[in-house]
Amino acid sequence: MQGMSPIVKKVTQLVMGFIFVYGIYVITHGHLTPGGGFAGGAFLSGTFILLVLSFGSNILNLRREEEEASEIEGLAIFTFLLLAVVGFLIGMRVFFGNFLPKGQIGELISAGVIPLYNIAVGVEVGAALLTIFLALVIYKEEISK
Amino acid sequence: MEITLSVLLLFMIFGAIYALFASDLLSALISCGIVGYGLVICFLLLRAPDLAIVQIVVETITLIIMVAVVLDSTRHDLREKVLIREKGNSYINAKYVFNVLTVLVLALFFLFFFNQAIDKLDAFGEHTTRMAKAYIEQGAERTGSANLVTGILFDFRGYDTLGEATILFTAVVGVLTILRLKGHK
Repeated sequence: MQGMSPIVKKVTQLVMGFIFVYGIYVITHGHLTPGGGFAGGAFLSGTFILLVLSFGSNILNLRREEEEASEIEGLAIFTFLLLAVVGFLIGMRVFFGNFLPKGQIGELISAGVIPLYNIAVGVEVGAALLTIFLALVIYKEEISK
Repeated sequence: MEITLSVLLLFMIFGAIYALFASDLLSALISCGIVGYGLVICFLLLRAPDLAIVQIVVETITLIIMVAVVLDSTRHDLREKVLIREKGNSYINAKYVFNVLTVLVLALFFLFFFNQAIDKLDAFGEHTTRMAKAYIEQGAERTGSANLVTGILFDFRGYDTLGEATILFTAVVGVLTILRLKGHK
């Protein structure tokens, strides 16, 4: 895939970091402000999609990235499930039980395991969307060859 | 209501087991349809008409698409079967009578349970919102989360979120499988 014009590349360089950090903010503050894992994960994947679209990339690099994104996605959903099982094993003995102390409502570290669930889902959604995008790009490159 | 539900569930389990051991794909699909439409009536019995409507639409569309795929991929076998049947003596024999009777019994069975489920539904515009009220009143206190939506999504409704994440995972696996020109070595 060919890259875009220098203007697009420069704007991407300037904006990308902010979007990424905002995605992390949305994920980690999911239990305090609107948003959460699903929305923040879309931000994270959007950053990488913007990067690939504006700079273009050769297919070999993309294939490696696709594999890694797929692996990270599997690990994230495994973590999510693991947290649910840990909730089943300790504390109230309920699947998806909240086994950590709840803390003060409104603080960043509160609500027990909900922030951890949010992070796992955020990583999972981000990696999943990125994997689908990369799969489509690689397919198009292979077809046009 | 519990008895009705258990009978339905037993019926669905039989359908699922038959689908595993069916001799051809078409009958396996139809018995999968029994599971899907049984689930519709289960949802109605548990007073979730919205889920029941979604399940009817999804089940019908999937079934039609899958039947179309099966008919298309096994057209040769089916045509041979039809030829064999035409050589036989008559259409009215024990096998066909049994088939028609099974269909009629199944239809009556579903109609009976559907009728029972419809009777138990709430009147129009007077749905039960006990759970929603409990969530709104005790949500912040019981989950410790200031954002009520996240509190419900990851605490009370953890199973739903797990399902959503699994759907995304499955979608990725499907895309990776379909969009692969050369197989992995």
